[in-house]
Amino acid sequence: MNLTRRDAMALGLGATAVALLPLRASAAADDAIAAFTGGAEAGEGGITLTAPEIAENGNTVPISVDAPGAVAIAVYATGNPTPGIAVFNFGPLAGSQMASTRVRLAGTQDVVAIAKMADGSFVKTSSTVKVTIGGCGG
Amino acid sequence: MLSRRDFLQVSMAASAMVGASGFGNWARLAAQQALTQDQLLEFDTFGNVSLIHVTDIHAQLKPIYFREPEINIGVGGNKGAVPHVTGADFRKLYGVEDNSPSAYALTYNDFTALGKAYGKVGGLDRVSTVINSIRAARPDALLLDGGDTWHGSYTCYHTEGQDMVNVMNALKPDAMTFHWEFTLGSERVREIVGDLPFAALGANIYDAEWDEPAEDFAPYKFFERGGVKIAVIGQAFPYMPIANPGWMFPEYSFGIRTERMQEVVDEVKGQGAELVVLLSHNGFDVDKKMASLVKGIDVVLSGHTHDALPEPVLVGETIIIASGSNGKFVSRVDLDVRDGRMMGFRHKLIPIFSDVIEPDKAVSALIDEQRAPYEDTMSEVIGETDSLLYRRGNFNGTWDDLICDALMSERDAEIAMSPGVRWGPSIMPGDKITREDIWNATSMTYGKAYRTEMTGEYIHTIMEDVADNLFNPDPYYQQGGDMVRMGGLGYAIDVTKPQGERITDIVMLKTGEKLDPAKTYSVAGWASVNEGTEGPQIWDVVEDHIRKQGTVHIEPNTSVKVTGA
Repeated sequence: MNLTRRDAMALGLGATAVALLPLRASAAADDAIAAFTGGAEAGEGGITLTAPEIAENGNTVPISVDAPGAVAIAVYATGNPTPGIAVFNFGPLAGSQMASTRVRLAGTQDVVAIAKMADGSFVKTSSTVKVTIGGCGG
Repeated sequence: MLSRRDFLQVSMAASAMVGASGFGNWARLAAQQALTQDQLLEFDTFGNVSLIHVTDIHAQLKPIYFREPEINIGVGGNKGAVPHVTGADFRKLYGVEDNSPSAYALTYNDFTALGKAYGKVGGLDRVSTVINSIRAARPDALLLDGGDTWHGSYTCYHTEGQDMVNVMNALKPDAMTFHWEFTLGSERVREIVGDLPFAALGANIYDAEWDEPAEDFAPYKFFERGGVKIAVIGQAFPYMPIANPGWMFPEYSFGIRTERMQEVVDEVKGQGAELVVLLSHNGFDVDKKMASLVKGIDVVLSGHTHDALPEPVLVGETIIIASGSNGKFVSRVDLDVRDGRMMGFRHKLIPIFSDVIEPDKAVSALIDEQRAPYEDTMSEVIGETDSLLYRRGNFNGTWDDLICDALMSERDAEIAMSPGVRWGPSIMPGDKITREDIWNATSMTYGKAYRTEMTGEYIHTIMEDVADNLFNPDPYYQQGGDMVRMGGLGYAIDVTKPQGERITDIVMLKTGEKLDPAKTYSVAGWASVNEGTEGPQIWDVVEDHIRKQGTVHIEPNTSVKVTGA
């Protein structure tokens, strides 16, 4: 892609640093997830990941996770060069098992959240966050 | 025992058959040249609550022509579903006779001939007459404005929306939500909203820094009407900082926020709401999905995608109403709310035939007052057209082709890009083009026409990106605009393919050569969302071009080959 900053300014295409096609989950993401779960299968349900469908700004995307009864929740940006975003640990006195943060996304990709429950089992959910050039809204 | 859904389906069937609406029944009347205001307004008042919906007026104070889309493709689960039905299929679906007033109002065919017979549509003084007649039958009817009101004309631009605010205030709305309003800049929006004599709603308008609901806009407002506790919830356009310049309103974040909507619905129900109305600027397919996910909404008044539907669409136990754009339609929805539940409805999409509906004289005078300081400048004739000029549709309209031609010749570029917005009235062949007409198709607060260079690869990437905003099979990933209009090149698109694979066979129309990914091309365009864009204003570019042409002629555009529809 041969695009100068001036081009981007002139065009209003603020997404020069962003890959414009959906990013596949990398092997690094699979590895990171396997390291967290110890290779165990993760079930569904009991975990909520809230993320925008389309990011207003791919550099700072607000997300939140909520998994009642979890002892830890890990979050991955599966298409980022470094997929691991955070692992939130909850002690026995935690009033709730939820957390929110902002993440930088290299492009359109799936964000994955996995919770480790008190009994050692895992539950997982994911959400596609699109990073787009923008403009042209009716 | 009948369930609530059964009741609603009975209402739907009654609407369709009897035409509470009268849609489909006018052909004979028209043949006798007998279409009257009384027939347009005829409505057997029903139940105990009336809602009046207007949306996407785009600052069209005066009557205009507006051609509905020829191409409006639905994808994924919405393939072939309304509002993605046009022309003869639409008429068949709703029992509308060819060449009838309804056919003229709702479909694109024979637009020029029918327009000559049936005349212009819209005009807020006519809209006022319709609202007054509904209020005569139901004095406490709620008037709800779905937004895109303070944008889209010469006077609106020069008064920063004040002309529209003054005229809408005279119609006395009860609540409003937003989209293009924010392109006036957040300071101006707050200034207007601070003085509005009605509710400014947006449950999804958030403070960008703290990611919590913005204090300047209430999520909902309660009304007591006909003994019914009604909650009206607002939903602003979710993708404002992406589709429009976010730097003009950096304090705010939007988004669809389905979970938030469920919380708000639960909250108003907890406070005793017997009827929950969502005043939405989501766009039709997004509203359908939201209605399927959020429990407890009775009525969605849908805006943004400019669809006009003569019957509501039923999703679960929610009815969705689409009321068109540019002041062309007003929807009336009468509801029977009993025992804290909506048990039935009667609905009519009222087309505003400007020659049939008597203007409200007080509002006419108010409109003239707004226009008076600008009348001389904007009525100047710049040229004329021997082609119908229109925009609406998934791909290039003739207005867009004219704008792209202007960009390429005035800015000496090989390729032009024009945004796929859905506003902009039509101009009939043989008509003069005034400065006002040009502004109606181009007016915006970020209209500078840039000229730059791009590689063929990057041009392709942009086209794929915009196509995915329109044809992503999940409506939550759609932004509600049409495809970017390309000048100087043709292409093929398969709407069923994923992003990156939809667009093929891009060719330079002049030479017939394929677009070379490695080669650099000169590109002119307008409506950049980035701050600091340089260039002349698009309306000046178009005006210069039309002046040179004298009479505009646009050849039919066959440069886009669509498959998968």
